[in-house]
Amino acid sequence: MRLTREEVLHIARLARLGLTEAEVEKLREQLSNILENFEVLQQVDTTDVPPTAQAIDLQNVMRSDEVAPSLPQSQILANAPRREGEYFRVRAVLE
Amino acid sequence: MKASPDHLTIHEAHRLLQSKQLSSVELTKSYLERISQVEPRVRAFITLTDELALEQARKADERIASGEATPLTGIPVLIKDVICTRGVRTTCASRILENFVPIYDATVVERLKKCGAVLIGKANMDEFAMGSSTENSAFFVTHNPWDLSRVPGGSSGGSAAAVAADEVPYALGSDTGGSIRQPAGFCSVVGLKPTYGRVSRYGLVAFASSLDQIGPLTQDVTDCALVLNAIAGYDDRDSTSVPHPLPDYTQSLVGDLRGLRLGVPKEYFVEGMQAEVATAIKAAIAKLEELGAEVEWEVSLPHTPYALAVYYIIAPSEASANLARYDGVKYGFSYQADNMWESMEKTRQYGFGAEVKRRIMLGTYALSAGYYEAWYLKAQKVRTLIRWEFAQAFERFDALITPTSPTVPFKIGERVDDPLQMYLSDVCTLPINIAGVPAISIPAGFAGSLPIGMQIIGKPFSEETILKIAYAYEQATEWHKRRPNI
Repeated sequence: MRLTREEVLHIARLARLGLTEAEVEKLREQLSNILENFEVLQQVDTTDVPPTAQAIDLQNVMRSDEVAPSLPQSQILANAPRREGEYFRVRAVLE
Repeated sequence: MKASPDHLTIHEAHRLLQSKQLSSVELTKSYLERISQVEPRVRAFITLTDELALEQARKADERIASGEATPLTGIPVLIKDVICTRGVRTTCASRILENFVPIYDATVVERLKKCGAVLIGKANMDEFAMGSSTENSAFFVTHNPWDLSRVPGGSSGGSAAAVAADEVPYALGSDTGGSIRQPAGFCSVVGLKPTYGRVSRYGLVAFASSLDQIGPLTQDVTDCALVLNAIAGYDDRDSTSVPHPLPDYTQSLVGDLRGLRLGVPKEYFVEGMQAEVATAIKAAIAKLEELGAEVEWEVSLPHTPYALAVYYIIAPSEASANLARYDGVKYGFSYQADNMWESMEKTRQYGFGAEVKRRIMLGTYALSAGYYEAWYLKAQKVRTLIRWEFAQAFERFDALITPTSPTVPFKIGERVDDPLQMYLSDVCTLPINIAGVPAISIPAGFAGSLPIGMQIIGKPFSEETILKIAYAYEQATEWHKRRPNI
């Protein structure tokens, strides 16, 4: 299981993660090694075994839909790198 | 009055505070003094909240005077920097959150504050809790107080090192695959990962949501029970927290193991395990037998060898989703490029360190179209088999006993360039998160001057049983009384 450079770039794009050329090569090597090691999982017979998403028997936790105080807008915006009035400011999505 | 806290446990400090032999302000000042002496060598703190601590100590003294002290009132605590503290910078040891100041307290912090705890600082860790040595901190490396050239373990390495070096009587950590227990073992302190759902994770910065738990790092088992009493319990702000009744965990500290059935899973004595570790743990188990427990020495959990792969597919997959929120828009580091996508990609490129990037990549790959079934879904199915195996074992045993880690603390720098080698240091702890059960690491010996930890694994919500075993062993041994020479 060896990843290609193109595969690494594809994954990085899916993750919106910028990488330098050196990082692309290093990750290609390291991820390939890790995945090769993890191929042992394919040896395990999981016929009729359901997947586990989490380990305790809680399901569909509901709460009543009641109005309660929420955090004030000024605080929510307090850590914003860029803001304009009462909004987070972002780069244009559609150009 | 004592000039130095000199390894006071929580329960000892509480007694001194109650009997007015010591005030919380004096206690806090003596820890600040100790921190100023050893911190340049240990480097466990990202943030020191000395002014806040003294203010809380003054309030604690008033509360003690009014006769309304809890066991934690007036006693300093260090919080791992992945747990949100209102108004106190919370970095996750990452550049991307270097200047992030939370606007609310995590539930565990809120509960400690209600108890009158004194928040003395925020602990160093592997970035976003991803690592086993605290070398992945974006800021600096923490040193093991037992040997400064070695790692304290991770990811809660700052929390464990600070407790071992007596910079603080106790700390909180988080544990996704061993991040409380492995550093506890490496630093010869007590570290508990509670059952998934026992302690609220509201305000814990998410790494792998089906595995993360918060727990205490303390100097002894009594303190562990006291801290668990304070932080455990249902919280409607964490939908994975469980509304089970909450016992008084100090009731488990009784020292009698008669009638308890213990199993020793042979797969945990892995190939490549250091001989001194196996010898020490076998001697510790013999001690438990001597204390009245029935021990079966050759139990088999055959899917154990697959746990590493299951963990390092599931945890990075969940991490890749959880860390998608760091986009440079709402909070944190933000790179301003000409367009939105480039801003986002560069924010993440410069904001995250190497291990975080590696795990985001691994997780994104395992979840991506065409690979999801072969990797992520397969790992989830093998996870089921590992859970079933634990459930079967717990039909026959009250607890399972293993080493916490296959080796003693390794040298700083020794494993940083070999991710797989680093991942192997969690091989004994991560199956426990996969199964969602509770486990504690307690001091169980030394190889030369380097600590060895024993892991006691329990059934879901049986923290009382593992505390009972841990306490009996601790009372019968002297390991927890040894102190690093620092």
